[in-house]
Amino acid sequence: MPGRTDVARFPEVREPLLNLRSALGRNKRLIPSPFDVPEMPDLPVSTDLADLPDVSEVETVRHFTRLSSLNYGIENGMYPLGSCTMKYNPKIAEAASASLRSVHPADPAAMSHVLECLALLQKYLGEICGMDACSLWPAAGAHGELTGMMVIRRAVDMKGEPRTKVLIPDTAHGTNPASCTIAGFATESIPSGGDGFLTASILKEHLGPDVAALMITNPNTLGIFEREIREIAGLLHDNGSYLYMDGANLNALLGVARPGDMGVDCMHVNLHKTFATPHGGGGPGSGPVLVKSGLARHLPLPLIKEGESGSYTLSWDGPESIGMVHSCLGNVGVCIRALAYILSLGPVGLPEVAQAACINAGYLKSRLSGLYDLPYRTPTLHEFVLSDRLQKENGITTMDIAKSLMDFGFYPPTIYFPLVVQGALMIEPTETEPLEELDRFVNAMEEIAETSRTNPEELHGAPRTTPVSRVDEVWAARNIVLTWSKRES
Amino acid sequence: MKIPDELHYTEDHEWGKAEDGMLRVGITDYAQNELGDIVFVDLFPKGTSVAKGDPIGTVESVKAVSDVFAPVDGEIAEVNDSLEDKPELVNQDPYEKGWMVVLKMDDPSQVNKLMDSQAYEEYLEAEAK
Amino acid sequence: MSYIAINEQDLRKMLKSIGIAFPQEVFSSIPEELRYDTLLPIDGPLDEESLRRRFAFTPSKAVFAGGGIYRHHIPAVVDSLSSRQEFVTAYTPYQPEVSQGTLQSIFEYQSMMADLTGMDVSNASMYDGATSLAEAALMALRGKGIRRVLVARSMQPSYRRVLKTYLASISDVKVEEIPFEPSTGQIDLTALEGAIAADCAFFIQNPNYFGVIEPMQRVAGIASPRAGFWGITVTEALTLGLFDAPGIYRPDVVIGEAQSFGNPANAGGPLLGFFCTRKEHVRRMPGRIVGLTKDSEGRQAFCLTLATREQHIRREKATSNICTNEGLCALRAAIHLSAMGPEGLREAALQCAAGARHLMALLAAKGIRSLLSGPVFHEFVVPIEEAKRAALDAERIVPGIPITGDYPELENAVLVTVTEMNTMEECRCLAERM
Repeated sequence: MPGRTDVARFPEVREPLLNLRSALGRNKRLIPSPFDVPEMPDLPVSTDLADLPDVSEVETVRHFTRLSSLNYGIENGMYPLGSCTMKYNPKIAEAASASLRSVHPADPAAMSHVLECLALLQKYLGEICGMDACSLWPAAGAHGELTGMMVIRRAVDMKGEPRTKVLIPDTAHGTNPASCTIAGFATESIPSGGDGFLTASILKEHLGPDVAALMITNPNTLGIFEREIREIAGLLHDNGSYLYMDGANLNALLGVARPGDMGVDCMHVNLHKTFATPHGGGGPGSGPVLVKSGLARHLPLPLIKEGESGSYTLSWDGPESIGMVHSCLGNVGVCIRALAYILSLGPVGLPEVAQAACINAGYLKSRLSGLYDLPYRTPTLHEFVLSDRLQKENGITTMDIAKSLMDFGFYPPTIYFPLVVQGALMIEPTETEPLEELDRFVNAMEEIAETSRTNPEELHGAPRTTPVSRVDEVWAARNIVLTWSKRES
Repeated sequence: MKIPDELHYTEDHEWGKAEDGMLRVGITDYAQNELGDIVFVDLFPKGTSVAKGDPIGTVESVKAVSDVFAPVDGEIAEVNDSLEDKPELVNQDPYEKGWMVVLKMDDPSQVNKLMDSQAYEEYLEAEAK
Repeated sequence: MSYIAINEQDLRKMLKSIGIAFPQEVFSSIPEELRYDTLLPIDGPLDEESLRRRFAFTPSKAVFAGGGIYRHHIPAVVDSLSSRQEFVTAYTPYQPEVSQGTLQSIFEYQSMMADLTGMDVSNASMYDGATSLAEAALMALRGKGIRRVLVARSMQPSYRRVLKTYLASISDVKVEEIPFEPSTGQIDLTALEGAIAADCAFFIQNPNYFGVIEPMQRVAGIASPRAGFWGITVTEALTLGLFDAPGIYRPDVVIGEAQSFGNPANAGGPLLGFFCTRKEHVRRMPGRIVGLTKDSEGRQAFCLTLATREQHIRREKATSNICTNEGLCALRAAIHLSAMGPEGLREAALQCAAGARHLMALLAAKGIRSLLSGPVFHEFVVPIEEAKRAALDAERIVPGIPITGDYPELENAVLVTVTEMNTMEECRCLAERM
């Protein structure tokens, strides 16, 4: 479908696009020039300069500084996003890992220290999760899921078993089935019960010789601890199948309960969630994979090896490995930050995190469940789900509630997920929120509930105090303008 | 919810209008409402042979993508090109300007197996529960 | 250290509201038998100074290593701007009204990458060049009639391995490698001509893993008319500031690694995969995409768009499973490109090329000549014996990356890289020890 490429069509702007500030000769940067540049006739140099904006340093700084002011970040206030664990990112993690930047991965002497740290992180994650082996190479949670499912795929293929199906609960995150598809599995959705639990009896109805695994999230995306997980694991193992766990909600279990003890065979964790590394507006994250010993030989290459002299190197010896999943060593910088976080908390600090996360969530739930519909009465841990059922009676939807929260200075909760709840609002405050912030959020939600009764029209026009008002996603999708170029191909 | 009397309906929310051995096909008012603002319509080309229940294209909104299925066996004889530039026609006028394809029916009596407007209305009410 | 902001008084209020007497009761829904009742065997808590000491890494004094990850000059503004907390701690921009900073900067990144590659569109980033390549192959295979994947053997070995891992689940697709000419290091055009057909997707890297520049005009002459799908992989993004844009050869995709734009080597990551394609492939492209739009007042605004391709809507039918990508790294790239400008980028690239030729000349004077005769950008392959490499290592000099493991026919081969971060003194130092 042809897209119109005239980006000047909306003259009122908060901050002009960078290319509009460009003029030849503005950029006067002095580039490090250690070498004399001779004639190099064998080099296919283009006659034209690259098609890039030419702006001064001052303009670069002002442009991006102004752009940053158009963003909401965790330093502004709470991000109650369910299943995202937007906790405070400690600054020491950044500061402590600063010297990593000048290390090239092919510098063996320097890398020995780096690999020693990564080996330690592997060990700690293994202890925290109750698992036997770990790979740090997946660069994000979804990447970890894919890696984990490929590990299971290899295990199943090597046993010569034609297991082509993976069972996924209807509360699962979208990356779960998407990852299965890439790993070559067909997926089948299984329903959670009316009280939010996945049950062994429901699983039995779907279990068969073609099932390779079940992917579970625990606690699930309703915030509920899957109490039948051990029976579920037992059924799967008896059937020759594996239990995969999506570790996105690990924050509720840190130091309190270990997935390995629940019968999980393979799982991933999200360092940019549970282990406080910054979200960066969409990454970089990290999604380490952990397995029980039976699957360890299928983990991706390379492996970290400790030498006799205490130096660390990489080993490529892994005939049954799934191979490489990343061109290098995953998001090393993120891993080092996560290790710094774990060490700054220590063994006492980790379970305190889980406890405070659950108390903060429980507190919000106790204050909001009268005002908003709580579709599941089942006890929850670090997050819970509300719906817009009560407000809908006045024509106010979850979308309106979310946009209105922005006018109160909050980032909205996760909306319209999980899919089992119509108009879901998934709320996870995390452990780093002070009581004042929680109360501020409650007050905002109270006001919105009140306004939905007395003056609903006002909420339809939200947000009004943000840098831009409600954004037209339909126009974006109908016109598909993805660059500033006026190129017509 | 508009449900014109003279049309035939499927359980996947397509409508069909019999026109002299041909069947004009689109999606119902209910369907366009569920999808929301439609941003893209992708239809199979003229000449494509389809069996009843085969996909003849997809309809995309900001939040969802839906397949559109052939209500009867046949061959795609015409495709509504104006939907390429103006997919919003499906929202604005689902039964007239928002038509999607015209099928040359292999067996015109197949339309009798589809629901009439009354049956479709009851079907929608049952779905809502 | 604890980052929990609740004190005893707060706690009492909250427990009362929840309706429990003790904090541990929040875990009552976790079965007793599953409780981990001891302390985890980990160190800590460590104070901030201890943490700084623990993570004091020391790079070697002269480093001539590249191989897909490059040490380049990064203007100071990149760090200072990209460490603004509004960028760093921001969530994925699903709520556009409070994420215009992230969205616009990613739109600008997309624009610059599209312009630099000479393609129509770019996505918001992939994990790295290797997974970008793998996803391009998957995209090709989702199209009609593609059954084979051809890849140049001169492509970075880790990329080929990741590609094979991703394709392993598609049992009827094999990856075939096109050999290189043993004397030049360039792709064997005859072999390519023999293998290419309408049922294949073909991928080539330029410059290739040996640093050798491929004869792209001739490659395009074979691939464009005859391959069902083909792509150019770029592992050294700096070349985009010096060579003709790869898009002039009309590939379906230009993918690869943009770490050279504003992201330090950082012991290997995070990296920045980029993915650029033609307009007609937009709906099949993986990854997030930012689009232009307006708000309800008619102001220019940006938002994530074409989300119906993605996992959170399409689930098992998604174009990819990617969710979190390399957002902050893409922001750094955008700032870097803005700070460097077109002339700065060209100068940096010319410095790299000049430095490589300078070192090659010094080594040649010592009798150490390139094993491959093809024209290079800033990397080249020379023989350096194991014993010599060990001696250099002891002096904390890294002459390059040993590559005989991946290319046994090249004995004692070391891939040497020179960038604007090396000095004349370092080059002299290395050559002296040969």
